[in-house]
Formats: sequence, structure tokens, C-alpha cells
Amino acid sequence: MSDTETGLHLHDSDLAPGDERADGREIAEGIRGYLVGLGLATLITVVAFIVSGTSLVWQPSIPIALVVLAIAQMGIHLVFFLHITTGAESLNNMLALMFGLLIVVLLIVGSLWIMTHLNHNMMPIERIIQMQH
Amino acid sequence: MSIALEDARIDVGRRSYLGLRIEHAERSLASKRVISGFGFWIFLLSDIVMFSAFFAAYAVLSGETAGGPSGKDLFDLNRVALETACLLLSSFACGVASIGARARSDFMYYGAMTATALLGAAFLFLEIREFAGMIALGAGPTRSAFLTSFFALVGCHGLHVTLGLLWLLTMMAQVFAKGYRADIMRRVLCFGLFWHTLDIIWVGIFTVVYLMELAK
Repeated sequence: MSDTETGLHLHDSDLAPGDERADGREIAEGIRGYLVGLGLATLITVVAFIVSGTSLVWQPSIPIALVVLAIAQMGIHLVFFLHITTGAESLNNMLALMFGLLIVVLLIVGSLWIMTHLNHNMMPIERIIQMQH
Repeated sequence: MSIALEDARIDVGRRSYLGLRIEHAERSLASKRVISGFGFWIFLLSDIVMFSAFFAAYAVLSGETAGGPSGKDLFDLNRVALETACLLLSSFACGVASIGARARSDFMYYGAMTATALLGAAFLFLEIREFAGMIALGAGPTRSAFLTSFFALVGCHGLHVTLGLLWLLTMMAQVFAKGYRADIMRRVLCFGLFWHTLDIIWVGIFTVVYLMELAK
């Protein structure tokens, strides 16, 4: 293993950005970022739990509201916890995420779409039993 | 006219191509930390794609109870809220641990990693009790298609949390034995990404599996 790997003989100025030791200001900023993320995520989670049990809104709108809240919370986790942003350093991560999302949407929406149609077009089981007699 | 336009386009294209090359040569290569983070992110996305297949199966099969119990009979919203709180707080603690490692603060790193582990273990304990309770009621994975897809999806997430806990303890031991070395720090970074991703998947699970079922 080389010296750059062990980091024992290296001064902080020799390290790549982000590899050096964090100072007090960076620590405070980092903690604040995670606290903001935690606050927003908690808020959305609480709203989602309340919305799921409420009888105050039109009932068919609840699943849509839940999906929207979940996507918002996932976005908050991505930005504040995983630090996947649109910044230059994170561009590759962002592109990979976009492709991943495309596959996820195709898989879930495609499955639901096809299976609902199949379900709709299938003969009721009682009819099949009738026809066998 | 059209030929001239095409020529101009080629010219612009070539110049920007050269510009890109010059820019690339001037910029230094991305650091190992950025590269390993990207590589691990690709793995996590493939894991998310795998989970999306389980989600699709659950969404299709969630109504197929075969005369057995439905989610409404089995799920306990208070336990789900507690599980969600455990995992969210452990995700936060994991973030604090990663800052502690960057600041070379033993107290912050080990303290936050211990908190992450304890909250993760509490989540697993609640989940295992839920599974055990359901199986005791005769609502095991063999009862209906709904329960098969439920145990597959939620169980797969639980398995990830279990493996994550083992990885967490390994990272504590590695920092203890080898210090905050550059290669160890990259592993700490990847572990953080893994743990936060599990929380993202849990957001999908508590929404699609539990809240949707109880909202019906």
C-alpha cells in the first residue's frame, strides 16, 4: 500500500478536496445540513401519517397525496443525506440517478398497467367453472 | 445555402469537441473519494431497481388475500410510526458519524455510530416481532399472494438492514484498528450512502405497504 493510501506521511494540503480534515465551521455546517434534512423528513412523515387516517378530504385523493409526499421525502433524503445534487462534482451521480429512476418507473408503472388490463379482461372464475359443466 | 449551414455546424461541433478536450486536460482527475462514491452509487441504484421489482409485485398482489387476512387486519400503525422514527433518527446519526469521521473526532464518530447501530437494531427488533406475530396468527408468507409479496418486500429490506448493521460494526472496528486512513474513510462514505438508501426504501415501504392499506 502506498503512502497516499495510508495518509501517514501526508500533509492536509496534499489531499484532494473533501479528503482533508474538517474544521469547526465545516462540522457546524454539516450538522446543520443533517438537522434541516431530519426536520423536513419528520414533517413530511408526520403529514403522511395524518393524511392516511384523515376523513376530512375526498378519500380517492389520499393515495395520490401519499405518493406525492413519499416522492418529496425521497428527494429530501437524496439532497440532505446522500448529497446527490445538481452540482458539477455530483453530475455523474445525478445522471445515474435519472437512468435508475427511468427503470424504476418503467418497472412499477408498466407492471401495474399490464396487470390491471389483464385483470380487467380476464373472465370471472365463476364463468369458467360454469363452462366446464 | 444548406451546405454552408452544414459546414458551419461541423465547425462549431469540432471546436466544442476540442474545447471539451482542453478543458478535460486542464482539470485534474476526480479524487478517489468521488470515484468510489460514484461506483457505490451505481450499485445502490441497481439495488433500488431490484426493490422496485418487489414493489411492483406487491402493488399487483396486495389485494389477493385468498380469503385470508388483509393488511387492515394485520398492520399496526403505531408500530410502523415507531419503526419509521427509529430508521429516520438512525439515518441522522449516521450522517453525524460521517462528519465525526471527517473531523477525526473519536467521540463524535463512535458515539454516533453506536446510536446508529442501536436505532437500527431497535427497528429490526420491532420488525421481527411484527413478523413473528403475523406468523403466529397463521398469516405467514404461505397464506396468500398478498402475504408472500409482503414478506418478500419488507423482509428483503429487513435483510438489508441486518447486513448494514454487520457492516456498521465492521466500520467501527476498522477505524479502531487502522485509524481514519483515506481508504477506510472511503468505506465509511460508502456505508453512509448504503444506510441512507435503506431509509429511502423504507419511505417507499411505509407509504405503499402500510399507509395505503390503512387509507383504503
